[in-house]
Amino acid sequence: MTAAPDLRARPAGAASAAFSPPGVLFAVLGLASLALPFVTLRANRIVLGEGLAPWAAAPGAFVAFTLAAVVLGLGLGVQRGRPWLRFGGSLLGLAGIVTLLALALPYLLEEAGDLARVSPAAGFWCLALVLMLLMADALSALRPGPWLRLGLLVAVLGALGLVLASGALDRLSIMLEYRGRADAFAQAAWRHVALSIGSLAAAAAIAFPLGIACHRSGRLRRAMVPLLSFVQTIPSLAMFGIMIPLLAWVAATVPGAREVGIAGIGFAPAFLALLLYSLLPVVANTLAGLDAVPPAAREAATGMGMTALQRLRSVELPLALPVMLAGLRIVLVQNIGLAVIAGLIGGGGFGTFVFQGLNQTATDLILLGALPTVVMALSAAIVMDVAVELTAPGGTR
Amino acid sequence: MIEIDEITKIYQGQRAVDAVSTTIETGTIACIVGTSGSGKTTLLRMINRLVEPTSGEVRLNGEATSAMPPHLLRRRIGYAIQGHGLFPHHTVARNIGAVPRLLGWPKAKIAERVDELLDLFGMEPSQFRARYPAALSGGQQQRVGVARALASRPDLLLMDEPFGALDPIIRARAQEDLRRIQRQLGSTILLVTHDMEEAIRLGDKVCVMDGGKLVQDAAPTRIVADPASRFVAEMVGDAERPLRLLSLIPLSDLLEPGEAPGDPLDEGANLRDALSACLWTGREAVPVSRDGAPVGRVTLEAIRAAALRHGATDDAPVPA
Repeated sequence: MTAAPDLRARPAGAASAAFSPPGVLFAVLGLASLALPFVTLRANRIVLGEGLAPWAAAPGAFVAFTLAAVVLGLGLGVQRGRPWLRFGGSLLGLAGIVTLLALALPYLLEEAGDLARVSPAAGFWCLALVLMLLMADALSALRPGPWLRLGLLVAVLGALGLVLASGALDRLSIMLEYRGRADAFAQAAWRHVALSIGSLAAAAAIAFPLGIACHRSGRLRRAMVPLLSFVQTIPSLAMFGIMIPLLAWVAATVPGAREVGIAGIGFAPAFLALLLYSLLPVVANTLAGLDAVPPAAREAATGMGMTALQRLRSVELPLALPVMLAGLRIVLVQNIGLAVIAGLIGGGGFGTFVFQGLNQTATDLILLGALPTVVMALSAAIVMDVAVELTAPGGTR
Repeated sequence: MIEIDEITKIYQGQRAVDAVSTTIETGTIACIVGTSGSGKTTLLRMINRLVEPTSGEVRLNGEATSAMPPHLLRRRIGYAIQGHGLFPHHTVARNIGAVPRLLGWPKAKIAERVDELLDLFGMEPSQFRARYPAALSGGQQQRVGVARALASRPDLLLMDEPFGALDPIIRARAQEDLRRIQRQLGSTILLVTHDMEEAIRLGDKVCVMDGGKLVQDAAPTRIVADPASRFVAEMVGDAERPLRLLSLIPLSDLLEPGEAPGDPLDEGANLRDALSACLWTGREAVPVSRDGAPVGRVTLEAIRAAALRHGATDDAPVPA
């Protein structure tokens, strides 16, 4: 064990240093979560259900086995010296709660009737959260390089995909909601991606040049930045609402607008609203990145005979790029979240399920819209972080 | 040859640089000295047209700089600034090769030139080529900055307080290096500084500026011995003038046959060194050697007389 000399070197009285304080906190919270209902059993889709403790969710031996895995996982998180073990502990714990959930399904549904539904309850969600926090904490101590982080993301998404594809969770209420809407789900996923990435691309195409222009001209900067800040302060529901009459008017008066798909409701107003929200972060970060270029480097570039364009291309943009990309990261994560509201004005995306679920008081349908949005936003954040890190120019990393 | 002809810059009615004329001979160093706000940096920046003159003309080997596009002009003029201005995201080699690359030199020729310059500045190419500026010491960064400015063998090298950010010991070494490299390459240099000591040490000619005007433009000995105004005298530092003057006269000027006790000084040393040696060891004369062999001596008497010769001409009141 590589950490052994490390432990020996520690004075005997400092045993507490062998424990990770957040790990202890996670263990306490995790164990407390075991007292909460782990799953909910309902007679049908929309009635209020009955919460079941972990040991009531499956046959005793199964429960003992999976809970042992959870407790061991939390326990591994308590020690401090070996972050890989803590990471492994979080995986073990997650595997434990997912397995328990999978085992609970046939056990509970066997005699509950065709319409009965089983959903994860507070205990499951709290444990999942605590274990994911443990994973994040362990990873931050491991400081994985950009490629490793990307690899871990792919592995985690792959594992999630395998679990879902295995059919073990098919009888879970949220999966039943999915089964009835598989086509609509795929369509909503594509629409969500198109809305968030499409508006990001359009924002980049507009806001990068605009940011560079604002950097060059103080007057433009003084006019644009307050204007974009104002746009940012419009509440999102109001913004999507404003788009409806605005684009309906455009569709009615501008010849050809209706033919290219512009209408008061649907994709166009949602796209435009997201685009407007995207402009400030990208422009502001472009400005911040360019402002941070050392003045002496800029002066030297001009003094040695670079044209304004050469200076921009080979000195200013490479040095500003990580900050500019950080702006795109903000926008992408923000847009994935905001695109949910597009569902309200017929823009499609995962928001469709959220609002349908709200109307039907069907919690699992809401989750069918919300959970993929969260996964997408987290994945986008990690991918963009990696991109920012990889573009940091050599000498400035 | 660089000719500066009645060049003027007016900012909001203020004459930042007021009708300055001077010439810099090819292969020499000219130093512009002045306090801050004297217009010295503006003067420098008008030469590569980072600042456009209000009136007047600069000629580079007879060619008016106003006749060429500014970015092409600047590629012919090296530019080194305080705080070096290296590109933090480029390696040392890429930094030094910046201007040759702008000029479209072939890759192999650039690489060869980079190594040649690193050698010249005493930095082992294989060790420094691939480093980033952040991994260099302050003195090394400054040398790379000057190497970059010299890379394309420019007609003229402009330096704006190039040693301003260095500590005194490294600065003295950087000045020696610059002097040596300038002699070796025959470069023409115009250097701006606020430090009269630096100007006297480096310059073949010193231009003193005050309030936008060129108040004196002469060889360092002349500046020290015969300041044109009260201001110049103050810049030189009244109390130190005799010593500054002695530091400009080599021992060979006062060499006389004879012997003296103690350690010899090399003929290339100056009278200030000899005076120091005499005072410190209580000698009346110091032996002088050339390549290690004794060639004669310099006496305290002679040093005193040399100082007095210049000091006497100074008895006339300095014009205000």
